[in-house]
Amino acid sequence: MLKFENITYTYHTKEGETTAVKDLTFTVEDGQFVSVIGPSGCGKTTILSLAAGILAPSSGEVKRGGGEFGYMLQRDALFPWRSVEQNIFLPLEVKKRNTPEMRQKAVALAEKYGLKDFLKKSPNQLSGGMRQRVALIRTLAAEPDMLMLGEPFSALDYQTRLEVCDDVQSIIKGEKKTALLVTHDISEAIALSDKVVVLSARPARVVAEHKIAFGDGSPKKRRECPEFSQTFEILRKELGI
Amino acid sequence: MTALPRAAGDKEIPMKNKKDNNFSREHLAYLRKERNKKIVITVSRILILVAILGIWELCAQVKLIDPFITSSPSRVVKTIGDLIKNGTLFYHIGITLGETIAGFAIAVVLGYSIAVLLWASDSAMKILEPYIVVLNSLPKIALGPLIIIWIGTGYTAIIFMTVIVSIIVCIMNSLAGFIAVDRTKLLLMRSMGAGKVTTLRKLIMPASLPALMNTLKVAVGLAWIGSIMGEYIVSKAGLGYLIVYGGQVFKLDLVMTATFILCLLAGGMYGIIAIIEKRFNK
Ligand SMILES: Nc1ncnc2c1ncn2[C@@H]1O[C@H](COP(=O)(O)OP(=O)(O)O)[C@@H](O)[C@H]1O
Ligand SMILES: [Mg+2]
Repeated sequence: MLKFENITYTYHTKEGETTAVKDLTFTVEDGQFVSVIGPSGCGKTTILSLAAGILAPSSGEVKRGGGEFGYMLQRDALFPWRSVEQNIFLPLEVKKRNTPEMRQKAVALAEKYGLKDFLKKSPNQLSGGMRQRVALIRTLAAEPDMLMLGEPFSALDYQTRLEVCDDVQSIIKGEKKTALLVTHDISEAIALSDKVVVLSARPARVVAEHKIAFGDGSPKKRRECPEFSQTFEILRKELGI
Repeated sequence: MTALPRAAGDKEIPMKNKKDNNFSREHLAYLRKERNKKIVITVSRILILVAILGIWELCAQVKLIDPFITSSPSRVVKTIGDLIKNGTLFYHIGITLGETIAGFAIAVVLGYSIAVLLWASDSAMKILEPYIVVLNSLPKIALGPLIIIWIGTGYTAIIFMTVIVSIIVCIMNSLAGFIAVDRTKLLLMRSMGAGKVTTLRKLIMPASLPALMNTLKVAVGLAWIGSIMGEYIVSKAGLGYLIVYGGQVFKLDLVMTATFILCLLAGGMYGIIAIIEKRFNK
């Protein structure tokens, strides 16, 4: 569970101060996949950093329901001097849980999701979509209870984006993880989420929240539903595009 | 749950490597052309050296130039022979090589460590920046008299000189390498709760390895400058000493010989570092 309660965050630089987030309140329940969507520059990355505890709010409180979280970003940030397998072990090493048992689990996870033949390879030998999948498995290796995703698909080309997007969603659902995704992509948010939180332009406030339940839960089916385009229109209006 | 179908871009492109002999004809022609280019370059390099030495020797032989002032390849060879006979050649080489390697090693280790400290503390970096800039632009030879008075005229003085000449570049290059590390990767480490030490070990050090290799290459050249400069000022032995001594007593053969050996040593040391670099970057 993750709870933002009246969160405000202000950046201070020599040039001045920027309030990126103001009085923001929303909740992510356990097992839920929540997307936060807003125009570019509204404060989405800031929200993710606040959620991950990388930034401390200027006021208000971020409540985390205990447990670990994993963080996945727009760029995969794989270390080219490590093999795919060693990249996946990185969080185990950092969190000092690098036991043979945990490593075995991580490898099993990687194999389960089609990385078996790539484990000993360098990340540089993989395609963008495959790299992003490695990044997800790396995030999952430390067995987080919650995932925070910062536009993890936006660096991919359109075709790959759809595939990786479906991939990631099914892996996250398959592993029964809670997830918070920030994105500016409306269709991505609708296709993936149980709930969409719409933000205003900077400073980010909640404009609306939508529970999304149509389709069978897979992004692919959702995109084909008639409700998809209706929801898309509603969100588009709320975002003012 | 079964493995997911592979995404479209997931196919690996099989790359033919050197072991494959079933190359196309164009590729073979291309390889041949590349090899020929390489041969031309190597041969040209050798020819230039031979030409210089040959012309030098010839001019000296026909007294176009005065070998007393310019020396000549044959005289250099003879001098090397003499130095080997009286047993001092390897003594002088050993002294200079020892000073250079010691100074170089100290400068690299100390410089790298200081860079780590500066990286770890933003305020330390800001506070010390002007000192580093001034030290960097100061001609180190100006410190010669102070070094002699403080440290004396032994090897330590020369090693000290070598260190101060090369350490600043070690600090600045290493630090630049640390700072250039991708911000997304840093964010990733932070999101995993990594502290400074872990971030340094798992990310900063391996990511900046190419910068370190580059630092070594620059520092080794500076270390030679430092050690020879040091020997000019204070020494009783070493190649720098031979050069200064040879100049004072007008033994130009000795000056040329020492310079020639210095070229070989400096080139050799650079070569070793280049090989190490290749090892790491492969
Ligand atoms: N480190 C920072 N210092 C100062 N201002 C920042 C910083 N990071 C972001 N901002 C400002 O905060 C606002 C929100 O940024 P961000 O959270 O990155 O938005 P988004 O991810 O929605 O594009 C932007 O106007 C940006 O200029
Ligand atoms: Mg952003």
